[in-house]
Amino acid sequence: MSEVVLKVALVGNPNSGKSTLFNVLTGLNQKVANFPGVTVEKHVGFFSLRNAFEGVDYKVELTDLPGIYSLYPKTLDEQIPYKVLTDPQDPSFPNRIIVIADASNLKRSLFLCSQIIDLKIPVVLVLNMMDLAVHKGLLPDVKKLEQALGIKVIPAIVRQKTGIEEIKKAVLHTIPLPESDIMPATTLAPELIQEIKQSFPVKSDYAAYLLAGNYDKVDISFVGNEGKQKLDMLLQKHQFSQKTMQATETLERYKTISVLLKSCVSEPASVRKSLTRTVDNLVTHRIWGYGIFLAILFVIFQFIFNVAQFPMDFIDGTFADFSQKVSELLPKGVLNDLIVNGILAGLGGIIIFVPQIALLFLFITILEDTGYMARVSFIMDKLLRPFGLNGRSVIPLMSGVACAVPAILATRTIQSWKERIVTIMVTPLMSCSARLPVYTLLISLVIPRYYVFGFINSQGLVMMLMYLIGFVAAIFSAWLFKMFVKAKQRDFFIMELPVYRLPRWKNIFFVIFDKVKIFLFDAGKIIIAISIVLWFLSSRGPGKDYAETEKLYEAKAELPETTQDELNQLQAQKLEHSYAGWTGKIIEPAIKPLGFDWKIGIALVTSFAAREVFVGTMSTIYSVGSEGENLPIREKMMAEKRPDGTPLYTLAVGISLMLFYAFAMQCMSTLAVVKRETGTWKWPIIQFVYMSALAWVSSFAAFQLLS
Amino acid sequence: MLAVDYFRNINFNSAILEKKLSELKPGEAGVIQNFSDEEIKLKLMEMGCIPGETVLMERVAPLGDPMAIKVAGYQLSLRKNEAETVWVSTL
Repeated sequence: MSEVVLKVALVGNPNSGKSTLFNVLTGLNQKVANFPGVTVEKHVGFFSLRNAFEGVDYKVELTDLPGIYSLYPKTLDEQIPYKVLTDPQDPSFPNRIIVIADASNLKRSLFLCSQIIDLKIPVVLVLNMMDLAVHKGLLPDVKKLEQALGIKVIPAIVRQKTGIEEIKKAVLHTIPLPESDIMPATTLAPELIQEIKQSFPVKSDYAAYLLAGNYDKVDISFVGNEGKQKLDMLLQKHQFSQKTMQATETLERYKTISVLLKSCVSEPASVRKSLTRTVDNLVTHRIWGYGIFLAILFVIFQFIFNVAQFPMDFIDGTFADFSQKVSELLPKGVLNDLIVNGILAGLGGIIIFVPQIALLFLFITILEDTGYMARVSFIMDKLLRPFGLNGRSVIPLMSGVACAVPAILATRTIQSWKERIVTIMVTPLMSCSARLPVYTLLISLVIPRYYVFGFINSQGLVMMLMYLIGFVAAIFSAWLFKMFVKAKQRDFFIMELPVYRLPRWKNIFFVIFDKVKIFLFDAGKIIIAISIVLWFLSSRGPGKDYAETEKLYEAKAELPETTQDELNQLQAQKLEHSYAGWTGKIIEPAIKPLGFDWKIGIALVTSFAAREVFVGTMSTIYSVGSEGENLPIREKMMAEKRPDGTPLYTLAVGISLMLFYAFAMQCMSTLAVVKRETGTWKWPIIQFVYMSALAWVSSFAAFQLLS
Repeated sequence: MLAVDYFRNINFNSAILEKKLSELKPGEAGVIQNFSDEEIKLKLMEMGCIPGETVLMERVAPLGDPMAIKVAGYQLSLRKNEAETVWVSTL
């Protein structure tokens, strides 16, 4: 028995139910990869079909392409479907195409569909959301549509799983393609199309026309450099104007579709008062709109900070126990140390964020999926635009308060490249939850506790100020970046406000799964690598000092009369003589003007693994031992004196240190994700440099002014 | 000949009032006539805003920008400066 691979591409407008159909057809049998050379995700799924007559089994490789409105790509996301559908050498170039259309919004859907039909690759059209169309009073005549388009048309309600078997059957038994084009491309540029068809491997008149219309905007490596020159020449010879032709084609195509639709769809008698309009009146109201949005944010953050705490504590505890067990089971030595303090510590530091990321994306995806997020962009756009941001930047910025990693992943919904980059660059300035333990410790150290106006807790007030400072810094930096980042293309805010829908839980599950996977594997790789480097830095040292301290420590550890205190002190000495301690001393001149000594320098270095490591490092440096709670470390730090006998942790140092943690880019997970999302090291490096500079300058100013 | 030119001629001879899409009040409808920005025109046309199509000003965001229009059976949002490049006729 033979098995034939059938490549099928899934195409449609955004919000047409494309990913739902993809999930229904492929189930869990799917994988996410990147399209070669770009950071656009490629979703590929598989399912089998059996042709009983031929006795052949087909293995369908289904590629879910990003949503598009036409075959004129503008953004990176739109270039992918264009390339897959028009480049015969693309590895995903399909044998069949499934076009999914919103039956309640047929005109716009058929525009894209007719373009794809004219490519002359077998097409099946799925009319999704038939229930909605019927509700709207639209009754598409499927038989007439099939005749008019010359392809198989299948009515379906994908989220209720009706029509799925018919879709599969139609993919297997495609009917012959219509001879004539829906919108004959040859009327646009007859001679040019003929010449292109003679010189290039294009399958249809329309593909030839599109090559002329888009060749300078997309990747057309399949024609090579010579091909590109030849196209340049041909376009000049025939005086082909891309923009005029695109306008003409769009207009003519819509005309054809309007005529076609008149005979196939009965128009609704009257417009009903829709639910969408009623809800919109409320959520875009100038008072209620913002009120509702704030209320939703409040609920989300309650969940992220309070509910996520339970699984996070659980993960923390489990990892601590597990590390303990591993360190006892494995023979003592370098390997044991590397595994426990390097790899496991790094792994724990990554997995601890999973609950927050999953929860955050649960909420974001629900808001996105129901259509509410588009309204948030709608009411926030004007407010954020002066700062180089966009209505769609709201969610990443707000998510940044939990963790910058999922926040940066959430910037994908921003279509404009420039506004997306600006958002990515400033999001880490929002006070993330890893800064919370640092602030808590430092505030309790330097801010006296009293009540302002008799009821406002002074320490809580400072904490709130730290969050505010982060937000203001983010907005201000965005405004600066706006001037330096060049736009790759003109920015539009032309977008559909989709009708409200109930969330599709399966899609939401897949999105959460995807994001967590990206974080764990893509960012995880870099995080583990840097954890190992940091482990090396703090467990190895230059010269004899480190080795001697370590020997002494091991010898002491064997003796029963050694107290925990002595051991902690030795541990602190070890750290002092390690490369990390050495680095702390090297950078001391640079951080002295900020009021920091080399011990804080060590913490700044190790904090690069994650900011909350600050507390742990401080515990080690002040030899509190890893079991130390906040209280003992706080007392140790309070008692810490400068060489001249004055206390080290004054208000000036505390504020300076807090500002440093507020602004400095001390999070390798974030840098790893920025690298992944922007595709180059350029942006994470810029981010690292500007945030460090901002941190240094503001800490310097604070320390000098206050002391 | 482009249909845009065709419509332009008609308007010239008739008493239909032409204004910018951004000048429509919520609840007011107009028929798209032409565009003054080539790129916005191409983007809007593929979204179904073709000359001759009726658009309804659905709502304006609380701060006066962006705005949402109803066209070809769905809601489309665009910024005010984008809507300023679209000319519509009202009766």
